[in-house]
Amino acid sequence: MYAYDEIDRTLVNERVSEFRDQVKRRLSGELTEDEFKLLRLQNGVYLQLHAYMFRVAIPYGTLASNQLRALAHVARKYDRGYGHFTTRQNIQFNWIKLAELPDALADLAEVGIHAMQTSGNNMRNVTSDQWAGVAPGEIEDPRIWSELIRQHTTLHPEFSFLPRKFKIAITASDHDRAAIKIHDIGLRLIKNEKGETGFEVLVGGGLGRTPFIAKTIKHFVHGRDILSYIEAILRVYNQYGRRDNIYKARIKILVHELGIEKFSREVEEEWQHIRNSSLQIDDEVIEDIRSRFTYPAYEKLPHMPDELRQAAADPDFEAWRRNSVAPHKIQGYSIVTISLKPTGKPPGDATAEQMDALADLADKYSFGEIRVGHEQNLALPHVAKRDLPALWKALDKLGLATPNVNLITDIIACPGLDYCSLANARSIPIAQELTRRFANHELANLIGRLHINISGCINACGHHHVGHIGILGVEKNGEEVYQITIGGRADESAALGNLIGPGVKFDEVADVVEDIVEAYLALRERPEELFIDTVKRLGVEPFKERVYATR
Amino acid sequence: MPLVNGGKIVDDSFVKLAVDTPLPEGGDILVPAERFLGDAEAFLARAGKVGVIWPNNRDIDELVPYLGRLAAVALVFPTFRDGRAYSQARLLRERFNYRGEVRATGQVLRDQFVFMLRAGFDAFDVKKQADAEAFMQTAKRYSVFYQPTGDGRITALHRRMQLRHSEGVGT
Repeated sequence: MYAYDEIDRTLVNERVSEFRDQVKRRLSGELTEDEFKLLRLQNGVYLQLHAYMFRVAIPYGTLASNQLRALAHVARKYDRGYGHFTTRQNIQFNWIKLAELPDALADLAEVGIHAMQTSGNNMRNVTSDQWAGVAPGEIEDPRIWSELIRQHTTLHPEFSFLPRKFKIAITASDHDRAAIKIHDIGLRLIKNEKGETGFEVLVGGGLGRTPFIAKTIKHFVHGRDILSYIEAILRVYNQYGRRDNIYKARIKILVHELGIEKFSREVEEEWQHIRNSSLQIDDEVIEDIRSRFTYPAYEKLPHMPDELRQAAADPDFEAWRRNSVAPHKIQGYSIVTISLKPTGKPPGDATAEQMDALADLADKYSFGEIRVGHEQNLALPHVAKRDLPALWKALDKLGLATPNVNLITDIIACPGLDYCSLANARSIPIAQELTRRFANHELANLIGRLHINISGCINACGHHHVGHIGILGVEKNGEEVYQITIGGRADESAALGNLIGPGVKFDEVADVVEDIVEAYLALRERPEELFIDTVKRLGVEPFKERVYATR
Repeated sequence: MPLVNGGKIVDDSFVKLAVDTPLPEGGDILVPAERFLGDAEAFLARAGKVGVIWPNNRDIDELVPYLGRLAAVALVFPTFRDGRAYSQARLLRERFNYRGEVRATGQVLRDQFVFMLRAGFDAFDVKKQADAEAFMQTAKRYSVFYQPTGDGRITALHRRMQLRHSEGVGT
């Protein structure tokens, strides 16, 4: 956990009082809605279909139990008793009242949580691997660097009015759980031949209406230079990024229009001016940030405790364990993913009661720590294996033990037309229907790892381009129509999915997905060949033939 | 439109010229970039201070040969959402060591004062009277800054190092 010091706390409190003043000026009419809009966006406040929506940052996906309780408190006191975890390590509240927002922010500030720059054309919440610090084989904890960059990007005096939003993600594992290749800047933590920490820097990834996979701009930037290098990229983007067309304003378009070689030359030139400035980071500064991350005092525990051996006889426990429990870097411990995808419910939602109860379980079983991943699930990062059976029983009682992590019903979806004013089509009801169709755990297990992503409009908040099966809702002649792609992925082998055929109507989507899955089961070479690998081997055609033969 | 300079509302000694306004005999003038570059030496040879109104989509490098003789550079915010002038201001101050007035013009509103001060602006054509009057109070809103800029304010990282070292003395 990162502990805020007095300096961090002061800044967040100053921000809250500034926003309180801005809300007051808006309510008195001193600020026009046009002027206020950007100010509220910079504090995570959107105006949606029914009410204001409030997006709170969970930097690099790390939460302490008291912070999760504060989120539960906000859900209960200022909203309708639940919150929605998003694909970028944020939580959203959908029914907040403008006049109460400053109080909600002040309550969150008490536990070191803020909503700065969770929307608007600025540098957004810095995201990372939700298993950071506990994943086996990780090079080093990427949250130290995430926090450094979080601080540097917060209220940046030069880059708070960019052409468009700007997202940075960091990973330090071979397997990329942070989806860095679909970010404006993706950082892959690596070591050079001298064993020094640095980053492969990728730039220009993003989804939306013109999706791009990020390209490598520099193979190694030393850790001490990472802030100046990021600053150089942003300075080029701030000056030359397009501002004439909102749909062409992301850095991915600038990189595409200039070409990565020319773009990287511009960045290099700028960087040479500023790399030996006060942006250079001393080891001491890194150590100071590192020292404010605390790590649990792990016990020496057996690899296979008796409790786990006995529980293995229970098939329900085993079904959950196989999908939800992952290896931890310390022997005797596990990382437990908490599915927020129960059958028939909106993906990513948690009630205030669930959040409170989960905070208690984190205190009891996970050294008071909770993680939030981009798949819209939570995790307990340090669970002793001997506690797994007891934890499972407790989670099951809370409706948080659905054994579907990474399976077909572990769906990523945006809020869609049920909440969002940008949406053209519903997302949540599609997700709900799919979780019912594939509710049979045996069937889901037989299918194996398969990610479905659903977006209710071209803005792609549900990351449909990188879903193994991607579903995009659009509007055509006043009707919802869904375009379906296959073969996308968001990990280290990130790729955009390909369209499988003509769009289909709302009530046909689940049938088409069933047909795609049936085609896969027939086409796969062996049970271990994952859906994504079968698509890679065969391409779209054989799927298209089977799915559209009778349509 | 009130001008804030040195933290106070002051009279603006500069007259803003349009592209085709006749050149006044004396007095301080702010000249549009295009017009200035067309006849820079003539403007600079004149009695009275000269400043340039520089658009936010033109490379500030072009102005470098004249900076030593310019009393002011006015950078433009066509809307407050367009942040290009922040980069230009930092380049003027931090790369080209420009010490004259750097003025924010256009849609200059209260809630951007802190960012502008940090980027190196020291004069502000403020859009609304109430915002101009609130300048000093608004400028003090923040006491913590995470990024180093040319304004010399100490960053959070460095303050932590100072605290660390001063704590270390007694132990």
